Amino acid sequence: MSLTCLSQSEEQTEALGRRFGRCARPGDVLLLDGELGAGKTCFARGLARGLGVPDDVPVTSPSYTLLNQYSARLPLYHFDLYRLGEADELGEIGFEECLHGGGVTLVEWSGRFPELRLEGVCVDIVPGAGASERQLTFSARGERARAWLERCRQQEDTTS
Amino acid sequence: MKVLCIESSCDETAAAVVRNGREVLSSVVASQVDIHALYGGVVPEIASRRHLDAIMPVIEQALEQAGMTLDDINGVAATRGPGLVGALLVGLCTAKALAWGRGVPLVGVHHIEGHILAPFLETELDFPYVALAVSGGHTHLYRVDGIGRYRLLGQTLDDAAGEAFDKVAKLLGLGYPGGAVIDRLAGQGNPEAVRFPRPMLKRDNLNFSFSGIKTAVMNHVKSLGDVVPEHHADIAASFQAAVVEVLTRKTVAAAEEERVDRIVVAGGVACNSGLRRAFATLAEARGIRVVFPSPALCGDNAAMLGVAADAYLRHGRHASLECNALPVWSLEEAGFQE
Repeated sequence: MSLTCLSQSEEQTEALGRRFGRCARPGDVLLLDGELGAGKTCFARGLARGLGVPDDVPVTSPSYTLLNQYSARLPLYHFDLYRLGEADELGEIGFEECLHGGGVTLVEWSGRFPELRLEGVCVDIVPGAGASERQLTFSARGERARAWLERCRQQEDTTS
Repeated sequence: MKVLCIESSCDETAAAVVRNGREVLSSVVASQVDIHALYGGVVPEIASRRHLDAIMPVIEQALEQAGMTLDDINGVAATRGPGLVGALLVGLCTAKALAWGRGVPLVGVHHIEGHILAPFLETELDFPYVALAVSGGHTHLYRVDGIGRYRLLGQTLDDAAGEAFDKVAKLLGLGYPGGAVIDRLAGQGNPEAVRFPRPMLKRDNLNFSFSGIKTAVMNHVKSLGDVVPEHHADIAASFQAAVVEVLTRKTVAAAEEERVDRIVVAGGVACNSGLRRAFATLAEARGIRVVFPSPALCGDNAAMLGVAADAYLRHGRHASLECNALPVWSLEEAGFQE
C-alpha cells in the first residue's frame, strides 16, 4: 500500500504529521526521508503536536543532538541519523532501547542505512513544482506500520 | 580547590583540571589528541562518541598535563545533562567511581551552564549578563543573574544556527563540519550578493528560526542551475550575513530589554569571525560589553564545567552517588534552583 499527498505549504505538511500523531500507538515507528529543506522537521513537528506535545515546547531538529525526546500522550523519540558515521553507532545512541520504550519513534534519514531493514511507516518528502509545494509518499513496512497507516487513512480529513 | 571535570554529553569525550573555578590547569578533548599514542597505537580509529574507549586515557592525560594525580583532586564534576543518555552515563559513572574511590565530593553540571560560564576561566566578569548559547545543537538566549541562576529568554523553534551552517556547507558540497569552511569562504564573498531572509527579526519575541534560511539557500542554489565555485563565496557571505544579523540583533535586543550591559556569546558558533565582528560593531556602539570565550573553550570541552562545579562544591551542593543522568534537562531547573 502506498499513498501520495500533495502539500502546498508548511502548514499542510504539519497537518499531515498531526494525523499520524493523533492515531499513533505505543511501539509505532515512522521513517522520514527527504532532502535538505524538504520539510522533515515540519512534518515531525506536526506528529509531535498530534501526540500532544504542547505548543510552547519547540520541536527542533535533532541533527546535531542525534536524539530529542518529548513527553506527551506517548513518549516521542525523535532521531536524526544525518551525522551518524555507520549503523553500528546506533547502539551507542540508545536506538534499540527507544524502539522498545513504549513510545513512538521517529527516524529522519533512515534511508542512509538500508541494511538496518527498519520496519515502520515510510514517509518520503520530495519537492513539487512550486517552491513551497511538496509531494509526500506514504508506505508501510511491517504489520504494525500497515495498521498505523490504515488508521491515519480512515481518519476524517480535518487538516487543522 | 582543584576539580577534575568530565564532559561526554554528545560527540566529544573531554577531561580537565580546574583550580578555584577560574584557572584551567589542563583541558583535553579526545578528538583533538592522539589517543592512539596513549594506547600504544594498537587501537583502531577512535570516532566521535566512543566515550568508553576514550574516557580513561583522556582523564589520565588531563591529570598528567596538570602535573598531578588523583590524590591532588578535591572534587569530581561531570556533565549530568542534557544529551544522549548512554554518552552522559559514561562520564557520570566514571566521575562517581572516582569520587567514591577517592572519598571526594561529586557534582553534576548542566552542559549549557558550562558553556555560558566559560568566560570566567579567562576574564573578570560581573552578573547579570545576557548569554547567547549558539552551537550545532543550541541557539538559546538566557539571562544569567549568578552561578546557578538562569532564565530562558528565547530559543530556536527549529534548527540551531550551527546546524544551518553545516547544512548549507553540505548543499554547496563543502563537507562537514561546515562552520569553519563557510566562515573562511564568506571572507572572500559579497555579503549583499543575495538577500536571504532574516527570520523572526521583526517578531516581538526573542525566539529564532533558521530552517527557512537553509531552504532559501537551497532554492537559490537550484535557481542557479550549476553552482560554480565563484558562487560559493557570495552565497556563503550572504548566508552568514543573514544568520549573523539575526543572532546579533536579537541578542542586543535581549540585553536592552533586560537592561544589562554585558553579553556572553558561547558555544561552537561563537568561533565565527563574522559573528565576532558584528557583535563588536553593534553592541559596543551601544556601550554593551561582549565577551567571547577563546576558541578552545567555545567547542565542547570539560574545563568549562569547572566554574559552576567550584561554586557548587563550596556551597556543599554535592550530587549523590545515586544521581541519574538527565538527557532532558532545562537550564532553569539546574543549579541553585534545583
